[in-house]
Formats: sequence, C-alpha cells, structure tokens
Amino acid sequence: MSAAERKTMLLTTPFHSRVEQNCELNDWGAWQGYTTPNSYFDVELEYFAIRSTAGVLDLSPMNKYRISGPDAEAFLNRLVTRDVSKIGVNRVGYAVWCNDAGELMDDGTIFHLAENDYRLCSYMRADEWLEWNALGFDVTINNESDDIAALAIQGPVSCTILTLIGCEGLNELKPFGIARFDFEGVEMMVSRTGFTGDLGYEVWIDPSKAEALWDQLFGKGRDYLIKPIGSHALHMARIEAGFLQAKVDFVPAEIAVRPGRTRTPLEIGLDWQVDFNKPLFNGRAALLKQKEEGLRYRFVLLDVEGNKPAEHSFILKNGKQIGIVTSAAWCPTVKSNLAFAQVEMPHGAVGDEFVAEIYYQRELQWTRLMAPCKVIDGPLFNPSRKRQTPAPAH
Amino acid sequence: MTNYDAIVIGAGHNGLITSSYLAKAGKKVLVVDARSEAGGCASTQAFTNGFHISDCAQWVHQLDDKIVQELSLEMHGLRLGKAKRTIALQASGDHLTLDGDSLSGAEISAADKRAYKAFRSQMRAFGKLMLKLYRTRAPKMVDADWGDRMTLLSLGLGLKMMGRKNMQDMMRLVLINIYDVMNEHFEHDGLKAAVALDAITGTNMGPRSPNTVFTYIHRMVGEALGNRGVSQVMGGMGSLGGALLSSAKTQGVEVRLGEAVTRIIKTHDRVTGVELSSGDVVEATAVVSSADPTTTYRDLLGYRHIEAGQARRVEQYRTRSGTGKLHLALSGLPSFTGVSAEDHSQRLIIAPSMDAMETGLNPIKYRELTSQHVFDISISSIEDPTLAPAGQHVLTALVHYVPYKLKTGWDSDEGAREQLLESLLEQLEAYAPGIRDLIVASEVRVPEDFEASHGMTGGNWHHGELSIDQSLMMRPFPGSTQYTGSVEGLYLCGAGSHPGGSLMGLAGKNAAEEMLKQGVLS
Repeated sequence: MSAAERKTMLLTTPFHSRVEQNCELNDWGAWQGYTTPNSYFDVELEYFAIRSTAGVLDLSPMNKYRISGPDAEAFLNRLVTRDVSKIGVNRVGYAVWCNDAGELMDDGTIFHLAENDYRLCSYMRADEWLEWNALGFDVTINNESDDIAALAIQGPVSCTILTLIGCEGLNELKPFGIARFDFEGVEMMVSRTGFTGDLGYEVWIDPSKAEALWDQLFGKGRDYLIKPIGSHALHMARIEAGFLQAKVDFVPAEIAVRPGRTRTPLEIGLDWQVDFNKPLFNGRAALLKQKEEGLRYRFVLLDVEGNKPAEHSFILKNGKQIGIVTSAAWCPTVKSNLAFAQVEMPHGAVGDEFVAEIYYQRELQWTRLMAPCKVIDGPLFNPSRKRQTPAPAH
Repeated sequence: MTNYDAIVIGAGHNGLITSSYLAKAGKKVLVVDARSEAGGCASTQAFTNGFHISDCAQWVHQLDDKIVQELSLEMHGLRLGKAKRTIALQASGDHLTLDGDSLSGAEISAADKRAYKAFRSQMRAFGKLMLKLYRTRAPKMVDADWGDRMTLLSLGLGLKMMGRKNMQDMMRLVLINIYDVMNEHFEHDGLKAAVALDAITGTNMGPRSPNTVFTYIHRMVGEALGNRGVSQVMGGMGSLGGALLSSAKTQGVEVRLGEAVTRIIKTHDRVTGVELSSGDVVEATAVVSSADPTTTYRDLLGYRHIEAGQARRVEQYRTRSGTGKLHLALSGLPSFTGVSAEDHSQRLIIAPSMDAMETGLNPIKYRELTSQHVFDISISSIEDPTLAPAGQHVLTALVHYVPYKLKTGWDSDEGAREQLLESLLEQLEAYAPGIRDLIVASEVRVPEDFEASHGMTGGNWHHGELSIDQSLMMRPFPGSTQYTGSVEGLYLCGAGSHPGGSLMGLAGKNAAEEMLKQGVLS
C-alpha cells in the first residue's frame, strides 16, 4: 500500500509487508521519512535476540550515496577526517566529517566497492554537502538510498543463518570485509558490519528481492530463534558497545541553531578518527587550532551506580554542574548502568568520579537520585566473537 | 633556484603597490603578470593608427594621495589631469553641471541646489568615516583581537562624533537604495540620475538595488582621499601602471611580464610557490595574489586544494559586471549639443532618469541586450593631445548596462556586438548629431572581453560585486578576510579584498602592511 493510500506522509521500506506482520506492538517511529518499528514485541527480548541469537533490523532508510570516478578517493579524503586510502577494496571503514569550522556534521561508513567506486552511508541527508564537496573533483555522486534494500543481522548465530540461506564461506569474512553472493539470481552483498558491537552482518540487495530475503532468513533462522528488532533494542546494544549516535550524542553541524552547541571530533572522543598527516580535509585548520588552544569538552563513558538509567542527567562535581548525559541505558549483558556524557575540560580523565543527578518516575512520583559515577576506559561489551575469523559456529 | 619572500601574482595597481611596500621593508619580491604591460586595469592600448585609448579604466577618482607620495609616483612619471566637472546631458539641451558641491543648470531649482550641497556634505562625512575603516584591515567581529577592537571603537566613536542626525541617517541609509534617497532629496530627474550613476558604476545593480547608497559612499571615499571629481591620467591610464612599475623597480622589486602564473603550488598543507606558463616553478615564503578571489581560488589554486566550505564561498561570490565600454577614434571633435567646445573635455554623462536606468538594467538580468544605455564619456585627447593625431580625438565611454554573457553568446551570435554598437551610436547621435561621420575606428567591449583581456572574473573591475555582504569584514567572504587566504602561505591583495575596487590602491597597501605586521615573511 502506498503512503498516499494509507494517508500518511511516511514512506515504507521494501520490507514493509513483513515488518508490519511482525510489529505486534504497532509501535512505529519515523526514520529519515520512513516508518520503522521502535519495537516489535518486547524491547528487552529483542535486545536479548541480538546478544544471544540473532536480531534483524531493517536499515533500508539509511542514506546511501554512490561515489565513483577517478577522483573518488581524493574526494572522500578531503571530505572525511580519516585517511580513506587505508580502506582497501572490499573493505568498510567508519568515518566522520566536519565543516570548515571543524564542527562534526555526521558519521557513517565508507564501503570500498571497487577501484574508484565507493558507497557512503550517512545518518543525515548529505546531497547538498556532497555536491559542494564535488567542486573541482572528477566524481559522480548518486543518491542510491531508495535503490537498495538493507537488513542488519546481528548476534552470535547471524553467520550460521546467513550461511544457511546461501552465503557459503561467510565465516571466513573478516570484520569490515565485504563479500558477494547470489540470491535468487541477483547479487547480494554482505558486509561484516553493524551497530551492535557484536558478531553481525549487513545485507544489501535489490528491493525486488527484499521480501524473499526476509522470508528466507526467518524461515531458515526460525530454529535459531531469529527475531526482528526495533530501534529501541538497537539503542541499548549500541550504548553497551560504546557507539555514538548522530542527533543524540552530538548535534550535526548543519542543523545546529544555537551557537556553541556543536562539537568537534576531538571533543567527542573521535580524535582517533582525525588524521592530521593528511594535507587537507574539511575542518583541518580549525581542528589543528583547537588542538593547540585546548578543547572545551571531553566525551566520557560513565559507569553509574545503581540500575536507574542516567538519561538526560546533569553531571556534577562537588555540587557544580560540569556536564550532561547524552545517552544512557542499563546494559543487561555487561550488567552495568552506562552513560555517555560530555564534561567540561579539564574534567573527564579515566577514573574521575562525579555524581549523576538522575530523575525517575514510579507511579506518578518523581524521585531524584544522586548516583555516584566513574569515568571508564572503553566499552564494557567487547566479545571475542566480534573479532574472530572464522566467525565461531553455533 | 632563487627564493623570494613573496611572489605577487598580477602587476596591476594593487599588485605593484603591495610589492613596493614589501620591498621598501626589505623583502625580496617577484611580481608576475600574464600581460606584457604593467598596470592591470590602468592600461593604455594602441587603437588604430596614432590613436591611444585607456582600454579598461578611464578615470581616476579614488587614488590615495598618500600612496602617490609614499611611492613617489609623480617622480616616476605620474601626472594626473585636472579634476573634471560632470556635465549631465539632458535631452532638452538644458544640461546640468556638477562641480564639487555646486550645481548649475537652467532647470535647477534653488531648493535642489541647497539640497545638493547638504547631501554632498553628509555623504562626505560618511565617506570620511568609511575611510577610517578603509585605511586598515577590516576588523573581525567574532574573533576580534585588540587591533580589531580598536578599529571598531574608533569607528563607533567616529559615528557618534558625526552627531545624532548623521548617525541615524547613516544607519538608515547604508543598506537601502539610492533611488529612494534621491527622491527624498531632489526634484530634478536628471540630477537624481547623475548622482545615481556614481552609485552603480562598475556594478550589476540598478538605482533600486539594495545597498546602492553604500556603493555611493564607497565612491565618496575618493573625495575623502583628496580627489575632487574624476581625473584622467596624462598619457593614458597605462602611465599610472608605468609609474607604479618604475617605482616598484626602484624599490628592488623583480618584475616578470608576459608570463602567466598557471598554478599556485601547495606542498603538503601550505602554499610554497607558483608555476609559470614557461613551466618554471618559483618558490617563496608567501604567494600574494592580486588576481580576483575566484581566479585565485578556483583557477590557480583549485577547489580541491581548499576546504569545501571555502570552495562554496568562492562559487557563490558574485562577480558579474554590467559595465561595458565604447571606444571611438574620431577624425575631429564631436559636437554635443549645448556643450561648449572647451567643456567637451569634461566628464559627460548620459543618464536621463533613474527609471530609465532601472529599465535598462532589467534585460541584462536575463542576459539580453538593452536598448537604453547609460554613458560616462571621456574625450581624453582634448586635455592630452598625445593620445590622437593632431586635430583628431579619442572618445571612451563606460556603458551601463551590458550583460556579462549574452543568452545567445557574445561570440556565437555574430551580430550581437554590431547590434550593441549600433544601439550605442544611435543613442549618442541624439546628443551629438553627426558623430557617426567622424568615426575612424570603433569598438565595443563587453564584460566578457574584460574577463579575457584583464583576467577579471565576470569582467568585474571591483573583483567582485561591491555589495555590503561582500564588503568590509566580509570581503571577499568569511574565512578569507584580512588579506589572508584560507591556506597558509597564500594572501590576497587585490580589489577582491578590503576595501575593494576602483583605482584606489588601499587593498594593496593594507595587505602589505598587514603581512609585515604579522611577520609572515620573516
């Protein structure tokens, strides 16, 4: 059924008929103009599917840009802060990009599909910015967001299920690698990537095969307890894995209105993404200057006492507010109460202790909790299966 | 290979002035220009047998006298003609004469005369205030350092010192259009148009375009700099270029003419030199470009060597000019009806009314020819007979509005230039009957021609529209102000930097002073 027929302004993805059948809670959210489930049946059970069996997320709404031509690598190298030449053919790399002021615009992934041929997946729509960036470069930029259907299959049995639907030898694919298989006569691209910090894959296919792919996955995966997952379960998993989310953990520069609300990659724990050895990238001069003059904020991972998520909390030091929490969740697998926070410099060294001012509601009653918290080093959830090649069989 | 402290791209007036000031301070400077003559827009061209024309700029009205003194330009051969009166030709034959603050003409009322004096006095006050800002780098508003704050303070103080009325007027007027202001002050349509002409010269704006009061104040800075009206350069405009060249050489500046810079070379993250058309690579601590910002960033450095936001700024920088030129070699002195023989040496303008000007602008928005032009005429051979064979004359005229590019293409549409010439001559004939019979040679030059001959993007002699969003602390655009490029080692010193265009020289001087102050060459 088209959006017009349903009288809603949201679009549906190529998997919609199947997603709708499974969305028992009828809990829909909007993602880039598409209707997608926040949850299907139970957020926590969906989360546990990711960690214990396999969770399937429809990521078709993701913005996908094809960047090709003789200058494709040079173009990307000026666009993003990392060195793109290090992403080999059939490899995927995480990347972030800034405007000239060094303000973070977005993060995403770069798929090196072939020589001079890349796909950039972004959270924000980037058509205009990419076109401006193309000035002076021999590249073609094509928004192929609607031309490709995509699913993420994440969790310990993800490799096993994909192998059952025809991805022979997938277990040999290294993290961030790309492999191609035949699926009912069309090419199915599988990358060992994801947003859960677990063993997992993303599958990219022509929209005409979307429903067949879903049916195959859930048919062969039934015995392995494959489950569809919504954005809320993904949110828990990505916090546990320490992944930032645009518009949640930072304000993309192009939509920031108030002065001072943007962050640079250096201020948000992404300094490892910034390669100053490159002679030029957008924001380089500004970031070098900031590096010299000092940062305003530091991104920290906090282990918060208790089990009340420190959502939207103030972070206090000796009673004075020095930071805010941008993402927080009780993370069931690591059994920790994690929070991402931005604190003013010079606070935030590993081991620093603060207080999170948490408000929570029980039966209409609001309670304030002053929870001690501590800066920790790196995400707590980091299973070996995420890195192992061949991927462990289950 | 010789290493220079600075390589200056372009031997136009700003390029040469920057070079001279840098060399005066002991720096080793090389100037390179694609043209075989120095001077840029201050150029003279042999026209036809024995005739010479100022083929780009034809008037000097903003040259900074301080620069003339400091670079001893008179000693190096610069001679300016007498300040000229402006005679605004009227179809009725009752012409107006604008001479400094005085105004005469049979149809001019006493009220207009009084109002003209008052208007000029106020505009001069604004021009003087503006000059404070023109003599230094434009202050940054956000990251202002102490120098910038002092400039702002002095500007604020100057604004306050003008008195309540003037201060209010300046704040009110600076962004609006000259059309409204003229109607506020004057009765005579020809007078309004004559003043409005000075506001739109060299731009792509009409009297009703916003910020044409700003452009008029920009012009009034010329008076604050000691110029009373316009003057011609004796020997043709190229003599100004010659004097600047000679002065620069005396200071020890090395000059390579007839050799184009084909590329600004960036090594790792900074500019280190230039490549010339000969293939030579010349290295320097700094490259200073007096070429317009678009040429500098887009063509010489290349968008791929600057950050994308800057490339976007360059791409969006408005450079389209609406001014062309008419060149005539004449077998005798033309006769403009109602103008005395000796007054033909003055500045003659044809601008019947502001509405006619605005109507004339309309077609060029759509890249079409207009039939109603505005003329700013100089018959330079009267004051300077060396420019033409005895008894004969050259006439040059700045002509508004001529589209930068024609919809059908200036060169693909073979009849376009002829059509324009014919239209211009027809309009001239109405004021100077018989002028056609005197023509020995004629030429029209459209903005695209100036782009080709003088390397100015859009054919714009201001190196970018002189509108307030592209002026002062925003010239040429944020991220490239205060004479620095967006890349280390690259500087701007042309009309595309503050305070902008016309033969003024302050951009070149300020750039040199700023570089010396910052110590970027040591």
